[in-house]
Amino acid sequence: MVTKQIGKPQNRVDGRDKVTGRARYAAEFSATDLAYGVVVSSAIAKGKIKEMDTSEALRVEGVLDIFTSENRPKLASYDSSFQDEDAPPGSPFRPLFNRDILFNMQPIALVVAETYELARYAASLVKVEYETEEHVTNFEAERTNAYEPEEYKSTPPPDPWGKPETALKEAEHRISEVYSHPSQHHNPMEMHASTAIWEGDGRITVYDKIQGVLNSQEYIMGVFGLAKEDVRVLSPFVGGAFGSGLRPQYQLFMAVMATLELKRSVRVVLTRPQMFSFGHRPKTVQQLSLGASADGTLEAVVHHAFAETSRFEDYSEDVIIWPGVLYKCENVKLSHKLVGLDVYTPLDMRAPGGTTGIFALECAIDELSYKVGMDPVEFRLKNYSVKDQNVNKPFSSKELQECYRQGAELFGWKNRNPQPRSMREGHNLIGWGVANGAWEATQKPSGAKAVLTKEGKLTVSSATADIGTGTYTIMSQIAAECMGLPIENVEFKLGDSSLPQSPLEGGSWTASTVGSAVKLVCEKLGEKLLELAQESDDSPFKEVSIEEVEFTDGQMRLKEDTSVAIPLTQLLKENQKDSVQVEAESKPADEQENYSPYSHSVVFVEVNVDEDLGTIKVTRVVSAVAGGRILNPKTAWSQILGGVVWGIGMALEEYSVMDHQYGRFINHDLAEYHVPVNADVHDVEVIFVDEEDQIVNPLGVKGLGEIGIVSVAPAIANAVYHATGKRVRDLPITLDKVM
Amino acid sequence: MKPFTYTRADDITSAVSEVSQQEGAKVIAGGTNLLDLMKIDVMQPRHLIDITRLALNTIEETAQGGLLLGALVTNADTAYHEQVEQRYPLLSHAILAGATAQLRNKATDGGNLLQRTRCYYFYDTHTACNKREPGTGCSAIHGYNRIHAILGHSEHCIATHPSDMAVALAALEARIHVTGPRGERTIPIADFHRLPGDTPEKDTNLADDEIITSIELPSKGFAQHYTYLKNRDRASYAFALVSVAAGLDMEGDTIQEARIALGGVAHKPWRNPEAEALLIGKRASRENFQPVADAYVQKAKGFEHNSFKIELACRSIVRALMQAAKIDQ
Repeated sequence: MVTKQIGKPQNRVDGRDKVTGRARYAAEFSATDLAYGVVVSSAIAKGKIKEMDTSEALRVEGVLDIFTSENRPKLASYDSSFQDEDAPPGSPFRPLFNRDILFNMQPIALVVAETYELARYAASLVKVEYETEEHVTNFEAERTNAYEPEEYKSTPPPDPWGKPETALKEAEHRISEVYSHPSQHHNPMEMHASTAIWEGDGRITVYDKIQGVLNSQEYIMGVFGLAKEDVRVLSPFVGGAFGSGLRPQYQLFMAVMATLELKRSVRVVLTRPQMFSFGHRPKTVQQLSLGASADGTLEAVVHHAFAETSRFEDYSEDVIIWPGVLYKCENVKLSHKLVGLDVYTPLDMRAPGGTTGIFALECAIDELSYKVGMDPVEFRLKNYSVKDQNVNKPFSSKELQECYRQGAELFGWKNRNPQPRSMREGHNLIGWGVANGAWEATQKPSGAKAVLTKEGKLTVSSATADIGTGTYTIMSQIAAECMGLPIENVEFKLGDSSLPQSPLEGGSWTASTVGSAVKLVCEKLGEKLLELAQESDDSPFKEVSIEEVEFTDGQMRLKEDTSVAIPLTQLLKENQKDSVQVEAESKPADEQENYSPYSHSVVFVEVNVDEDLGTIKVTRVVSAVAGGRILNPKTAWSQILGGVVWGIGMALEEYSVMDHQYGRFINHDLAEYHVPVNADVHDVEVIFVDEEDQIVNPLGVKGLGEIGIVSVAPAIANAVYHATGKRVRDLPITLDKVM
Repeated sequence: MKPFTYTRADDITSAVSEVSQQEGAKVIAGGTNLLDLMKIDVMQPRHLIDITRLALNTIEETAQGGLLLGALVTNADTAYHEQVEQRYPLLSHAILAGATAQLRNKATDGGNLLQRTRCYYFYDTHTACNKREPGTGCSAIHGYNRIHAILGHSEHCIATHPSDMAVALAALEARIHVTGPRGERTIPIADFHRLPGDTPEKDTNLADDEIITSIELPSKGFAQHYTYLKNRDRASYAFALVSVAAGLDMEGDTIQEARIALGGVAHKPWRNPEAEALLIGKRASRENFQPVADAYVQKAKGFEHNSFKIELACRSIVRALMQAAKIDQ
């Protein structure tokens, strides 16, 4: 019997370290003589720094230096040096590069002092005079100047197919509505931080909050002209990131610059308000027109998206691809335009584009189902797609129908009265809503290394990240199962730029990408162990192939005759090996090219809406997910649960308020930027339906980081409609919009 | 945060003398609001006098049959105090509707009354704010004013007072005992907080050199018919958009006395005794509650993002009175 690790609800291998405080985050690493940097942020959104007076701040005893655009060290100047793995097309922001102010709260100086408190105090003494220029932050006003970027960061809008305009005009039932959501910020618990350690001789080690250490390493090398061997970046634990850590943020630049200049270790931590000074989910407005025939066949989709970007980079995300993924439709037209504002460039935030586009699409589909007079579930199933029409390829697997079946049953959907405002309890109106969604299930190339010691300890490593998702745990499970070892004997290492390369942790591709590399490296380790066994002539494994052996219970043995076995520890000792080491590089198989890989979900929601006061309570959620093979039901459940909670926040609460007087996000703290609290979250049930997929990657996993959120906000909005008869198309759905 | 000095007071006399003699001195107790504001330079006291060791941390019965809450009793200890729960459940509920368990464990009753507004602009030193920096202007009037006042505001400030506890105290007609270099005095809760007028920098009528010593609850607690209704943008840990503290004294279904205080709508808890008087001798019913609610918001004026509060306040008053009277229709 082969030791089964994959599929077990394994507790997090780093759980104890996290709850006891042993797990250390970027701002918790220290060094002798550590100095502290505090960033001074601009007070205006556009213009120039006329004068900056740092004299009073410099007089504070304990202040070591103040870096500004005037005295900064020489830096690279080409855009390419500042570009990173996740940079959109354009000219990246270069901190302290010159006196220009491009967005509000732009970092304009770094005060470095002996203590954090001194640095913060001195920062408050820096006096800045600005030459203010008129800023443009009003999305609605600027929308008339929306443009198609020369280059899309996202999938460029597919060419129209069929005759969308005609089909829409001729459709028996039509809806045409505008859906929108405001800018939103990631607000991970851990604020962005970098601790740069001066190692002497121009070498540095940096602890950074980042979703991929190699991205930070490359950035530092590019900007400061350092050689690879002189920069090591570590990020063993990340206190949430949700996309905010995909690009190196300016605290990294600041910490490294100060360390190199002062030849002394420096830590820079952003404040909570400063967490509103960089990337965010862009405000997006979508016009959706749908048409259906009398029998409920979706005849036409016209989907236009307008999304916020900065003046210096063209950020775009996959907002408009979802009709082609989720529904069968012969006549489709899609467009995606950008609205340039004097803000920092938006940034991927959990299911970027997906939460946005699927929200609009799934609300519109719901509206159309009422027009047609069909049950919203039935209407969606009638227009079910079996291929991705954007690229005209079949899905690698799609068990969405099973999600509907199991989810509807658990939720009790069949008892729903389709009439809005038909269910109530006292002064609460009760509504049931549904939405479905999808997210890409991609695999990227990745490296991994495996080292097995003669004590039977296996260490597998890759330069990936664990942003709270469970990477440490699931990779340990994969390695343990492949090598037939107890999980206690396996250690997985990540977040270190000296480890084998791996892409950014994002896009829900880490389980598939790094998991495949771990599987591959373990297979290679198995082959190497077999070769080792075959070195002695009397080995019972002498003539067997790798297909004939299995690894289990700490042994290598013959599948046919399990009594022919050798413990791995014995194998190494007999061959006088302290350890055996292999590296591998996994790549997506060519066959994947012929398919479109997506995970899918259906979310059923019950809301209670106070008829008089408009307060909304999400009383029940059932999320049914087709996400391929589930490596660990426990961490998988956490991922989906987290997505549901955030979906509640997106639907009802989250809103980064742009004040146009100042061109500044004004509710920049967690007291006034609302995310759900425990009292907002009630019954949440998660179902994983069986889904076998032999194409998506060798493990058959699809990744669960984003699929959990995409269908939640529209399901809530649809439930609010069912409860109240009111369609709220502008998020968040606050009480004033429904009372 | 600016440098400051710190001392710990051993008795009330020395605390008072320090606060009146040291320039820029401020009293600190729980510090749950003051420290936050100091860290972001919104408040810049030069000297802190820690009064947490003073003997102001008991709850005692008064000769008049009420309760005296020491200024340093924590919000949590007050809310869960047996006498408060039984005789003043309105106060208990209001306190527990505010902040979080952690904050309530630390925050004191005196400090609760002195907390500052949550106006976004007050919190951001890069914006104009007459409350923070008199004479700079009010950014909220033409800015984002969803959480701002609809009653009693001025052209200089449209901020609200964020306390839940104070709203219940207003309904209960609590009396605030204070002491200072000129001796002790008592301020009715209705006169404790101010309207902004042209001095929005002054939240209260407590002089800079005075210290709250206790809060007196009169004997009447409305324990039979009360409600604290709080509307907010999430179910917990959010300030009120509109809250209502309602207490009714009833004989059968006839109202003898009504108290209604609103939170989240003005620079202070909002009472309207004339409107309350409409209910005296009336039967508890939706029809009789509606005119009272209308009277409360009659003079209300909203801004771009908060006009909904007028209707919300109206509906909330009706709902709160229905709940307090324990009637459905």
